[in-house]
Amino acid sequence: MRKAGAKDEILYQIAVNLYLAVIFLIVLLPLWRVLMLSLTPFGHLDNSFGLLVGPKDWTFDAYAQFLSHPAFLRAMRNSAVITLGGTAINLIMTVPMSYALSVKSLPGRKWLNIFVMIPFLFNPGLIPSYLVVTSLGLQNTLWAVMIPGAIGISNMFIMRNFFMEIPQDLTEAARIDGASELKILFRIVLPLSKPILLTIGLFYAVGHWNEFFNPMLYLNDQKLQPLPVLLRNILMGVNMNDYVEYDAFSTSSVQSLKAASIFISMVPMMMAYPWIQKHFVKGSLAGGIKG
Amino acid sequence: MTDIVRRSAALPKKNSRSGEILRHKAFYLMLIAPVVYFIIFKYGPLVNAQIAFKDFQALDGVWKSPWVGFRNFMTFFSSIYFWQLLRNTLTLSLGKLLIGLPLAVILALALNESSLRRFRKTVQTATYLPHFLSWVVMYGVLLLLLSPDEGLINEIIKALGGKPIAFLQDPKWYPWVAVLSDVWKETGWSAIIYLAAMTGIDPGLYEAAEVEGATRLQRIRFITLPGIADVIITIALLRLGTILDAGFHQIFMTYSVPVYSVGDIIDTWVYRQGVLDFQFSLATAVGLFKGVIGLLLVVFFNRLARRYSDSSLF
Repeated sequence: MRKAGAKDEILYQIAVNLYLAVIFLIVLLPLWRVLMLSLTPFGHLDNSFGLLVGPKDWTFDAYAQFLSHPAFLRAMRNSAVITLGGTAINLIMTVPMSYALSVKSLPGRKWLNIFVMIPFLFNPGLIPSYLVVTSLGLQNTLWAVMIPGAIGISNMFIMRNFFMEIPQDLTEAARIDGASELKILFRIVLPLSKPILLTIGLFYAVGHWNEFFNPMLYLNDQKLQPLPVLLRNILMGVNMNDYVEYDAFSTSSVQSLKAASIFISMVPMMMAYPWIQKHFVKGSLAGGIKG
Repeated sequence: MTDIVRRSAALPKKNSRSGEILRHKAFYLMLIAPVVYFIIFKYGPLVNAQIAFKDFQALDGVWKSPWVGFRNFMTFFSSIYFWQLLRNTLTLSLGKLLIGLPLAVILALALNESSLRRFRKTVQTATYLPHFLSWVVMYGVLLLLLSPDEGLINEIIKALGGKPIAFLQDPKWYPWVAVLSDVWKETGWSAIIYLAAMTGIDPGLYEAAEVEGATRLQRIRFITLPGIADVIITIALLRLGTILDAGFHQIFMTYSVPVYSVGDIIDTWVYRQGVLDFQFSLATAVGLFKGVIGLLLVVFFNRLARRYSDSSLF
């Protein structure tokens, strides 16, 4: 009797883990294939099945072709500026707002909450925002992609809820000692809020790094375009020669070049991933937004 | 009586109201920049939305363009696009929900049941990786999988003697590509919340079931699933509140003229009408229409969700 139960248990575990293994492969194989394709030299593509185990003689030529092209490097620099600068603006704007709104005794707090909720719930769509950005003359400046989303309202609520849970005794004691509110924020509240600052900071940073629509909409000047916009043009086959040395002498096929450009845009995310997953999972669960 | 009590309680407070405000002046200073930002970038668009009721002329600007009442809305409602856009938006959105949600729950169940701790962790980490990829990268991955001349799947079809399929350009296939690629990208991430809900179930229940001789599947059916039912219902309701968001970035990146009949959604149409064809007023009217319906849906479904649990959007 007991033996049969153990046997069932083993079969059950095999089924469950087999299912997980299949899911694992479904998720990773397409990405694996991109990587293999990017390493395949020109003329070796005929046997595409072999690419799942890797090309016979691999090459980093496709990567070299991008990384030696000034337009591509400029796009990477633009992406870095937008991600770092944009995230800094996000935090500089979001932290004070969430902190002020976390103070329960603040006169007018109810009205401020309504002031925030209206645009949170009602979104008039793309064109009215587009007109705001263009009427301010922000198009063709990097500000156009860093400022309009400076405060993500749901991020602001998550942060506010975190601040609200910091014991008031701590801040009250400092207040009695005569510390200024700014000092309390920087010396007491923010050091206690590192997890949420990291989570929200990462939320914003990933968003900036991945953003392609607003840059495409507002940055017509090629000198300002970030990596995702270039990647989009490369994938759609637009002006490939503008971003990569690609001609009759090219040692990489178009497919390898596409694959390499896809992979390059994923690398920073992959490098940050161990970090991201540590904080994001907690943050995403802390995301219950209550008024 | 209660009125008097309330008023007398309010009196001393009223005297110190200005004192209260002064005491909080540091917080108001912190709010200056965010409030200015809100007025320009969150309320500015609400003000500009008036052009939905106008015939917007770039030279006249938002304020001086002439009013036309509901003409732009009527144009949209009576156009051939209205039902097509609504149908595509709802089909893709519901498809993602109906296929994505059960798969996320099943993935969470499998992760929860697996006794191989490290393998479980690895699978979980891998499955939510795609959540962090942009739709540009995803489009690249899809091209290298699905395109007729370089896609892996078409290589396989060709090797088996079949004819390559233009998955991204064929109206028969495109909705499946849109739904399944979104499921591929988001299932791992969505599973996190169900997994968290499962770990919150009282282990005593499982022990009792084991003593009673319940099989593994019975335990899932009578303990795990009922234990996370509230969470499932809540998530489904919250998703229904945003049902008109069918995934603008995804569709924008992956669709093309041949699949407009099945892939064009409200948001992509608004983009083309407004930004590409300069029909600002018409595009704004449609955006506003979506905004109003969206608001009603969110409020309605959040009310419902609140009945099932204490977690809601607001």
